[in-house]
Amino acid sequence: MLEIRNLICGYDAKFLLQEINLKVEDGELIGIIGPNGSGKTTLLRAITKVLKPKKGEILLKGKNIWDMGFRELAREIAVVSQSSDASFMSVKEFVLLGRIPHYKKFQFFETKGDEEIARKYMTLTDTLRFENQPVGQISGGERQLAVIARAMAQEPELLLLDEPTAHLDITHQVAVLDLIRRLNKEFGLTVIMVLHDLNLAGEYCNRLILINDGQLHKMGEPAEVLTYEIIEEVYKTVVVVEENPISHKPYVLVVSEEDKQKWESSFLS
Amino acid sequence: MNRKLSWILLLAGILFGVSIISLCVGSVSIPFREILSLIREGRGTAEYSILFDIRLPRIILAFAVGGALSLAGVLLQGMFRNPLVEPYTLGISGGAALGVCLNIVLGLNRKAVFSLPISGFLGAALIILLVYSLSMRRGTLRIQDLLLIGVMISFISSSLIMLIMAVSRVENLHGIIFWVMGSLEQPNKSLIKLVLAASVSGLVISYFFCLALNAFSLGEEEALHLGINIERTKKLLFILASMLTGLSVSVAGIIGFVGLVVPHFVRMFLGGDHRILLVGSFLSGAAFLIFCDTLARTIISPLELPVGVITGILGGTLFVYALSRKRVVF
Repeated sequence: MLEIRNLICGYDAKFLLQEINLKVEDGELIGIIGPNGSGKTTLLRAITKVLKPKKGEILLKGKNIWDMGFRELAREIAVVSQSSDASFMSVKEFVLLGRIPHYKKFQFFETKGDEEIARKYMTLTDTLRFENQPVGQISGGERQLAVIARAMAQEPELLLLDEPTAHLDITHQVAVLDLIRRLNKEFGLTVIMVLHDLNLAGEYCNRLILINDGQLHKMGEPAEVLTYEIIEEVYKTVVVVEENPISHKPYVLVVSEEDKQKWESSFLS
Repeated sequence: MNRKLSWILLLAGILFGVSIISLCVGSVSIPFREILSLIREGRGTAEYSILFDIRLPRIILAFAVGGALSLAGVLLQGMFRNPLVEPYTLGISGGAALGVCLNIVLGLNRKAVFSLPISGFLGAALIILLVYSLSMRRGTLRIQDLLLIGVMISFISSSLIMLIMAVSRVENLHGIIFWVMGSLEQPNKSLIKLVLAASVSGLVISYFFCLALNAFSLGEEEALHLGINIERTKKLLFILASMLTGLSVSVAGIIGFVGLVVPHFVRMFLGGDHRILLVGSFLSGAAFLIFCDTLARTIISPLELPVGVITGILGGTLFVYALSRKRVVF
């Protein structure tokens, strides 16, 4: 699906990403993790052609994305980004915006087919209930589902998400991630998402990519990446990694400075 | 969709009604019944020439300029996602005014009246180029820079105009002030036709950007994710809005407020969908300016008020009133 070769990319004079090499197969559900400022979002922005790479290339199904038109790319890749600023329009209008890359030349209004597709994904994301409400008036969790519905209306093959669970309560975190997993399984959608929460990333992704300081630090199954040695090295924080008794996925626990000292002194005494 | 279509029909109806009223009233009032008979058999009478040589060209010019300015306003507000941007914020009117001032002071207009709009347009074009090239960095048009540079250039050109006015002779001063206040009196018919053609084709061209503008309302990066070539769109929209403004200003002078208030007002009632907003603003702007111009030439008839005074007072008051009743959607 996606191949990144020797990518060097960043803003102005500073190049955040250094020599990234990466291959994503069809139907994978990949999580990108890493500390703040490590270059996770930069990587997403390089894949969507927001940032032009300094060096290296990004191939989508064997084709360099910089040889593709913006519309062509938008029919292949959809993005759920952190801020979508559209408070005035109704959820339905908002989801229909996702059909723009599929409009024909001189087509200004959506067809019956476009409406049906929008409806289908609003049903799937459970946002049909408030299709006529303004996006600004629904809750953060519902809005995130609407953004996913819009991305799905683009009918992409690759879905990119930038922290889809940020600022959500656990109900919505699970709802959003369950939905993403369903899209991945049932629709064969390839998914790459940036996540801050290591536990959610380990729970839901087939493969994790850990980025540190603009470099690919470690890549592999959650159990290979989420070990206490790697996490402590990258995040400079003391953690305990356990196993989730039901899913058998790794589970990262943080330890506060005070508790750590207490624990250490109990050893000494 | 049908609801929106009926809004457009309503606006078109208002535009038509305002135009008819404007044809009828004035220093000589001509009842509507007589207009139809005048068209058929009135050729050569004084009323006929009042209607078709004085009032109708003026209505057409008001239609074209009002439409063009509101359209430019919608395009810029949509592109900047900022409700305070208007065609004049970007320094285009300042450039046109500077061109006209220089023309009057140098006495070119006494040799050829036609040179006034030309110098106005040259001034506007020069400013557009300057603002545009100053806001380009490595191939991207920086929207915020565009706005700030435009505002600064506006200040510079208005200071230069004041400088010119301070050192110019009284008869030139009168010409400058008259032009700066804006007027829809334009004896040159082919100039009116030119503005009409440009304004209507501007509306047609703008429709190629209606979806892009809708996508822009989510933010530049989101528009890009939806497959919009944002750099090309920004450049073309800026050029389109500038041409519409430059042409309007160089023919009719600086008629303020239409490009700011009308798009805003229409947005309040029709929502943020540019597919409806573009034509809605065009029609409303045209109707609004025809109405204001009719007031301007009838209130203290036979004397005339500058139309910019009416657009400012009426537009501002209406707007503040509406804002206090209804929240703006942006």
